[in-house]
Amino acid sequence: MKEATRFEPPESVAGAPFWAATRDRRFVLPWCVACGRPHWFPRDLCPHCLATELEWREASGRGRVYSVSVMAKAANPAMAGREPYAVALVDLAEGVRMMTNVVGIAPDEVTVGAPVTVTWERLGDGRHLPLFRPSTAPGTMDSPAPPGASSRSNA
Amino acid sequence: MPDRTLRGQAAIVGVADAASADGTLAGTVRRLQGQMIAEALDDAGLALGDVDGLFVNDSPGWAPSLELAEYLGIAPRCTDSTQTGGSSFEVHVEHAAAAIAAGLCDVAVTVYAATPRSDRARGGGYRSGQTVGATATAEWELPYGLRMPLGAYALAAARHMHAFGTTSEQLARVAVDARRWAAMNPRARLREPITVDDVLASPLQASPLRTLDCCLVTDGAGAVVLTSADRARDLRRPPVFVLGAGTCHTHAMISQMPDLTVTGATVSGAQAFAMAGLGPTDVDVVQLYDSFTITVALLLEDLGFCPKGEGGPFVAEGVLGPGGSLPANTTGGGLAYTHPGQFGIFLLVEAVRQLRGEGGDRQVEGAEVALAHGSGGVLSAMATVVLGTEATR
Repeated sequence: MKEATRFEPPESVAGAPFWAATRDRRFVLPWCVACGRPHWFPRDLCPHCLATELEWREASGRGRVYSVSVMAKAANPAMAGREPYAVALVDLAEGVRMMTNVVGIAPDEVTVGAPVTVTWERLGDGRHLPLFRPSTAPGTMDSPAPPGASSRSNA
Repeated sequence: MPDRTLRGQAAIVGVADAASADGTLAGTVRRLQGQMIAEALDDAGLALGDVDGLFVNDSPGWAPSLELAEYLGIAPRCTDSTQTGGSSFEVHVEHAAAAIAAGLCDVAVTVYAATPRSDRARGGGYRSGQTVGATATAEWELPYGLRMPLGAYALAAARHMHAFGTTSEQLARVAVDARRWAAMNPRARLREPITVDDVLASPLQASPLRTLDCCLVTDGAGAVVLTSADRARDLRRPPVFVLGAGTCHTHAMISQMPDLTVTGATVSGAQAFAMAGLGPTDVDVVQLYDSFTITVALLLEDLGFCPKGEGGPFVAEGVLGPGGSLPANTTGGGLAYTHPGQFGIFLLVEAVRQLRGEGGDRQVEGAEVALAHGSGGVLSAMATVVLGTEATR
């Protein structure tokens, strides 16, 4: 896979703490202090209760594929050369869903329901983009990690 | 549940649409909009000076209804720039019917035109003038290279297949039946018959969807004129009454859709049917947004034409084609007739023509109740309109 030309996402005010953490390959999610629920995508208020006090917590980095589609052609010039590639929606263990790519496996072998673990692709500006790869057996590197260490091993 | 005070208060009295077999139309978007409004008004026996309500969703600038009214030289007293993508026109009919019933306007127009095929030939590319701003989509979806809108529907199809065992063979029948209708529509872009095997042999674009699961990219335009039930009866054509309408949007980005197998049509359809006092078995002909084959299966389920999860087997029986028990997309739809990006106006125009008995070779005999359902965004914004003849009011 060609690695240098990802579309580099803009950084919103609400998303800035997420992107900052990715510089250290830490995967964090926004949680509402008032109602105690996480949300995705990052907002500057809680979409469940509209409270504005949020906190960022280390995420497990684990989830399951909710749906997946393999792009036979690149969606834009930045993805040219990567096709075919798998775009997936992943349900994280914390209960939120995000779009991602599943890598480290033939794209057409990615299945709905498959367990996956976060991995990172470096962006040109030093941030990292969260991708996912198939999880390995329980008890190895995909076991729940203590806070602060969950995703560092998945470079 | 909604009360039924809106039922039959307004009627569609004029329609027009433009499309061509080669997929292109001459003229600018503005000129096409003007032509469609003129044709639809003439169809009704009305004039531009009668229009006091303007409903339009898209514009090169920041204020669609202001800019179009200025261009046309009119000063509407009722204005609506609601933009929900391909379902905007069904939403506009709902809003216009309410505005007419409340006395906010007497004659309402909704209009659409786009020329993506000609733009591409000129080197412009579809919506090439739009730049990517610092939106949530840019931040949280674009980096992953999902082809849009195709990829969003592919994710929905993959999930539907996983959840219910739906197959590509079943979905392909939607495209096959669209061609059977298009064969009877001289303006349709794709009129050659195809088979399920043809669909399955077409190139994979975004799994599980293939080229022939996808709608066209053509130029196209249309307009719809509404007025009060009383005034409608004095006009040129038989009125087509707005019996029920409903809207529901559930997300903007596909990654935020709560359940990829359930759309807001469950809400919009239930409201429209309740307002009309009718149900799926009362509908003689349906016009369902067919951006992709999976879209039709989802809408049939969510509108109640078949149980959730059975859209695949339902369409596989061939019920949607000519002679079928649920004639659908009788122009050939977005899959075979035309699709300039937002197909919703064409659903309304064809529903009206069927209820007036103007369908020609593709007329559904005795059609008294029609349903037009628009889907905008990426299964985001759903809007249902139930229409009926004088006998149903």
